[in-house]
Parts: sequence; structure tokens; C-alpha cells
Amino acid sequence: MSAPGPPIGILAELTHRCPLQCPYCSNPLELLKVNRELDTQTWLRIFSQAADLGILQVHLSGGEPTLRQDLPVLVQALADRGVYTNLITAGIGVREGLFEKLRDAGLDHVQLSFQGARPETTDLIGNSRGAHVKKLSAAAQIRAAGLPLTINAPIHRKNIGEVQQFIDLALSLGAERLEVANVQYYGWALMNRQALMPERDDVMRVAALVEEAQERLRGVLAIDFVAPDYYAQYPKACMGGWARDAFMITPDGTTMPCHAAASIPHLSFASAAETPLAEIWGRSPAFEAYRGFEWMQEPCRSCARKEIDFGGCRCQAMKLAGDAAATDPACSLSAFHGRILALAAEDSVAQDASMTYRRIGVVEPA
Amino acid sequence: MTLAMTPAIAAAERPLASPLSRPSLPRHVRLHFDPLRQAWALLSPEKVLWPDEVSLSILRLCDGERDISTISMTLAAEYDADGVEIEQDVLAFAQDWSDRMVLRL
Repeated sequence: MSAPGPPIGILAELTHRCPLQCPYCSNPLELLKVNRELDTQTWLRIFSQAADLGILQVHLSGGEPTLRQDLPVLVQALADRGVYTNLITAGIGVREGLFEKLRDAGLDHVQLSFQGARPETTDLIGNSRGAHVKKLSAAAQIRAAGLPLTINAPIHRKNIGEVQQFIDLALSLGAERLEVANVQYYGWALMNRQALMPERDDVMRVAALVEEAQERLRGVLAIDFVAPDYYAQYPKACMGGWARDAFMITPDGTTMPCHAAASIPHLSFASAAETPLAEIWGRSPAFEAYRGFEWMQEPCRSCARKEIDFGGCRCQAMKLAGDAAATDPACSLSAFHGRILALAAEDSVAQDASMTYRRIGVVEPA
Repeated sequence: MTLAMTPAIAAAERPLASPLSRPSLPRHVRLHFDPLRQAWALLSPEKVLWPDEVSLSILRLCDGERDISTISMTLAAEYDADGVEIEQDVLAFAQDWSDRMVLRL
């Protein structure tokens, strides 16, 4: 295989600490404690290597990234290299004046999550009383600092009826963008799938509602819609293709092609704290494993869509088809597609399904 | 909540490009020269766009000061082209990019 082109983006999970406990968190089940987090100098070295490697965008995420005292220093270092910085925050407990400080450091954009459009939903899903009101205040501070704002709304059965209100909320907060993102069922969300999976009819209704709003709000509010995998006809191009133009780094420096890649048991991942990023990107076995098209099986191998969706998600193939190189079962051409439709239909009407909230220590690291 | 009851929503109307519009890049969009790829990139929250030569020559003039009429005349002179045609092209470009929230009118 020829050497890959330069990557474009990194999702940097600076910490797993978070004031919220959302039951669909995209962090792994085995959350890292603060003593496993990289120090400032190591992140600065990694970000410098990233800029050298051709990275144009870094999404600073967590956990809750504003819990890192060194956030302005990290933003400044990226901005000095011309890298676009996007802060992904829950907006809870943000120190007074931090958004101004981040703006002055060169922050380009803020993405603020809302777990519900109604206060009681936000507070329930994050398991944090008063969270919604704090988020409204954070949004006001972000706008007052002159920073552009995207509202991120993760959608599932408990808030799928609030999509119109999410649109109204985003407009009233002066956001430029709204992400209506159906929860993807890995890790915590997979554990809570019975409590979270929406019904198919509701998903279809929301898709139509969003399409209408996109048309009506052209030039006013950009709305991105992430369809739920289980009800899809074709899979999503997970991470834009495995190790194709983006990757992620966990709080301890572990560098992976996607959030959930650690769920593929035969892969091992290098740490950017020890191995240069260029080496990890260019020739680490885990990044090479599903890059390009050589690894594909049928029906992907001869499929006209393989350059659109890259066979979908490797982790979902691992989980639901038992083989990380199989076609993502979200694809209607997968032999397992009927099985995941049945799982979704069954879970979407599950009665009395309780939620396990995301907390450090619920599942201990190996 | 209904649409009419929310002032922010009632005020939110699709901006329309006219020869008097003074386009600029919104705060969340940044034009960046990438030395590694030797190309101009338009950086936005979730996307990186690679504008072609014509788009770039328009974008570089979108400084919030010049109006579309002036931008079109500048480009017509630069490309030795018909001013009326160029203005139609720039108007269409500005409307499309504004609709996608990557240009402010």
C-alpha cells in the first residue's frame, strides 16, 4: 500500500472527567482517572507534531475539556500554527472569564451540547440538577465573547419528541449551527440501548422535520442531521474512512482511528506520548489494518458505494457481525442487517429499561 | 413554543445577495494557506473546503467593505471579462455560500 496522504483532523479527548453522566457518552466504558492524563508539555509536543503532519483542525473534547487548567495554553499553541480549534463543551462549571480567555488565545469555534430542549430532559439525561440553566448561561457567555456557536443535540428515545424545540432553542441562542445527531450505539450507548433506541416512525418523522427546517432556515441556521445507524439503508462513512483523514487521541495519549477502535481485540494502539504522530499515522499496524480497500470482503469489495462509505464502521462490524472486516451490519447489503433491524425494533419498545449513567469506576480499566 | 412568539426566530430571514451586499467571511470560517499541501483551505467547524481558483479570487475580495458590484468590476478587469456576466456569477456564488453559512452578506 502506498503512503497515506496527510490527515486533516484530530479529536483530542483531553480528559475523561465530566460533570455530566450522559448514558450514551462516546468515551470508553473504562474511563481514565486524572492521574492518567497527559501533562501540558506532552500535549504541546503532540500538537506541534500534528501541525507538522498537516493537521488543519483539532477538536478539543473530553469528558469536559474546560476542566483542564491549561486549555488556553493549548489553544494558543494550535492557533499559533494556524490550526482551527473547536471546543466541544457541556458548558457546566466553566470558570468566569474562560471563554474570553480562549477567544484571546485564538479559539475558532465552540460546540455546546444540550441533552434536552426542555430543562427537565437535560437534567435527567446528564443526571445533574440545574444543568439546563447553566448551559443557557454558558451559551450567553460564548456569544458575549463573540465566539461562534454550534448547538449539539444527541437524539434518542427520551428526547426525540423535542427536535422542533431544539431548533427553536438554537435560534434563540444565536447559534450558527445545530447538530441533530442520533446517538450511535457503541460503548455506553450500547449498554443503554434498550433505554435509548427510538422507534422507527419517530426517526422518520424527525428526518422529515429536519429536512423542512433546513430548507426554511437556509442562510440562518445550518442544521446537520446524523441518521441512526440501525434504521439506515447504507452505513455512514465512519470517521470519513478508517485512518483516511482523521483520528483521535485519548487522555493518556492512546492514538486510534476512531472512538471505539479499542473494541477490536486484535488491534493494539501506540501512544502519541511515546511514538511520533507521523509514525503512528503513516505505518502503525492498527492504522493500516482497515485503511483503503484491500481488506474488504464481499459485498463491500465490489460495491460501487465503497468509496462513499468505506464499508461503514469497523467496530460495529466487530460487535454485531463478529468480524471487524465484515460489512457494517447497518448496511442493507449485510447478511446481518435483518438482525440489527430486529434488535432496534425490539429495544425501541422495551418497557422499564433503566439507564446506567456514565461514571468513572463503573467499569474498571484492565 | 410557536414560531411567531419567538422574536429571534421571527427576525431570522434568509439573507439575499444583491449588488449592494458587502460579503465577508463569518467568524467561524477562516481562509488558511496550507504550506504542506500548497493550497488554500477554507476551515469551518466540521468541514475543510478546498476552493478552486475562481472561488478563491472572489473570497479574497469578501472583506465586508467592498460590495458585490465593486467585487464584480474588479474581477471583470482582472479576468478581462464581461462585467454583467461576472456580476451574475458572483451573485449566484454569494447566495449559495451564504445559504451554506460560509459567507455573510
